[in-house]
Amino acid sequence: MRMPFRLNLTLGLALVSMVILGAVFAPLLTAHDPILDADLMNSEMPPSWDHWFGTDSQGRDVFSRVLYGARVSLTIGIVAQAINSTIGIALGLSAGYWGGWWDDLVNGLTNLMLAIPSLVFALAIMAVLGPGVVSLLIALGLTNWSWSCRITRGAVMSLKSQGYVQAARTLGYGDIRIMLTQLLPNIVGPVLVMATLGIGEAVLAEAALSFLGLGIRPPAPSWGNMLTDAREAIRSVPWATIFPGLAVFVTVLGFNLLGDGVRDWLDPRMQVRA
Amino acid sequence: MSAATLPSPASEPILSVKDLHVRFPVAGGLLRQRRIVHAVNGVDLAVQPGQCVSLVGESGCGKSTTALAIMGLQAPSSGAIIVEGRPVYGPGAPDRLARARLAQIVFQDPFSTLNPRETIGRALSQPLMLHGVKDRCERVDRVATALRQVGLLPEHATRYPHEFSGGQRQRIGIARALILGPRLIVLDEPVSALDVSIRAQIINLLMDLQQDLGLSYLMISHDLGVVEHVSDRVAVMFAGQIVEEGGWREVFTAPAHPYTRRLIETIPNPARLTGGAQDILPPAPEPPSGTRFWPPIDQRPEIGRPPEPSTFVDIGDDHRVRVRVG
Repeated sequence: MRMPFRLNLTLGLALVSMVILGAVFAPLLTAHDPILDADLMNSEMPPSWDHWFGTDSQGRDVFSRVLYGARVSLTIGIVAQAINSTIGIALGLSAGYWGGWWDDLVNGLTNLMLAIPSLVFALAIMAVLGPGVVSLLIALGLTNWSWSCRITRGAVMSLKSQGYVQAARTLGYGDIRIMLTQLLPNIVGPVLVMATLGIGEAVLAEAALSFLGLGIRPPAPSWGNMLTDAREAIRSVPWATIFPGLAVFVTVLGFNLLGDGVRDWLDPRMQVRA
Repeated sequence: MSAATLPSPASEPILSVKDLHVRFPVAGGLLRQRRIVHAVNGVDLAVQPGQCVSLVGESGCGKSTTALAIMGLQAPSSGAIIVEGRPVYGPGAPDRLARARLAQIVFQDPFSTLNPRETIGRALSQPLMLHGVKDRCERVDRVATALRQVGLLPEHATRYPHEFSGGQRQRIGIARALILGPRLIVLDEPVSALDVSIRAQIINLLMDLQQDLGLSYLMISHDLGVVEHVSDRVAVMFAGQIVEEGGWREVFTAPAHPYTRRLIETIPNPARLTGGAQDILPPAPEPPSGTRFWPPIDQRPEIGRPPEPSTFVDIGDDHRVRVRVG
């Protein structure tokens, strides 16, 4: 049953920690400043020993911009998904457990959110709030909770008739306590997978919004606006788009693998007692 | 169970259910009307202290709904449920903590009865904490005692449910029902999901616990073979109503209602199978003149129709059956 070597967990953890360590220790990993070291004489240089990922059209070091961009992308991805998950889990748990008019209301709201493309909704919010990190967090944190909510609600509805939930009620547990101690630990698997997928999605959405000029304001580096800057020269200067794109890919893949790995790891049935 | 545990008739019942009705609305689809399912139709029950009363019937007859209503998990449409002199619903009802200490339930399915993500120790000590046992040592002691009472070891507290067999899980379910020290335990098909070889062990455990702790049981079952061994009284339920009720000896030796007779005929009987004894049941008694046994078992009551009026008549010393006049 148990894999001797947890490939998902190990690889996911490796990729995610690589990105996180890169973001945290960016100043130690590169001597170049992502914004100020613009050297037009050295623009559009291919990768070299001095510039690992080459330089962009303004002569800035792509490697250092990718590292500093990771700070923005990770922060926004993780915080936005934390907001999404909290909203989704709270609504899904209570709607699934209580049912009735509250369930109808939450269900309607979820369907509404699913009917509106979340990126378009986020765009609208960004248009109102204007660019910036806080607006991004609000826009991305309030628009992508519907799947967490759906999955939580569905899982709770199938779990709430289980004997242990009924037993908890007869033992005098309150509703909130039942939701937090009996239901939540049993849906942590799908919810975690949703959350990690969601971090990936939020990283992508941030890149997309920044790409459209509504996210992080240049010259501050973010993977999205790096892609915007470099897209016109994608044939002649491919490294300026490949590396931020690769960073998005590695981050999203890493979080997805991590989610799968953590789900297996948390499942007590997958553990073998020594 | 034995003469020693039979209480005096004057004692106050630990559980009494009076004219309990539970009705569920069922959605009738787009064009059809919403209908009402009469799951429980005027059930009366009493459990005296130290007694085991069995409620038997086929699945869907309303016996589990009755159990859920007694536990406060299913609000009744009308009627009263009184546990240790206190109504479970309505004004004067105990709060959920007080109610938890009055009655507990053991569920049928040993696999869904325990939270897969909680250790056994946690599942047993959390309720204690909730009920104000603040001292950790006392909780550990009480968990160990409960585990020993059901034939497990205190070391088992650190394990997860998936490490136990079905029979062991059922023991844990019983320990959890005992942990708050209730005097009434509802057993909802406590052994029907278990291997036949395990059943007798669990039944013996339940009987020992009843003796040692002075418990009263309401046992819900569809298996008269199990009921026969443990019950003081039997109530047979059919289509939401109790159709026959009495001391187990009266009901088992002289079943009157056709439904009861059919149930008893399903008990495996080696003598009959080998052709040794042709008929273990005495001939069916006639209902009192001018009445017939009710409801008839060959026609199913329709969903959405309230039951027709019927009444109980005494047909023996401690034996009643449902009939309809006319």
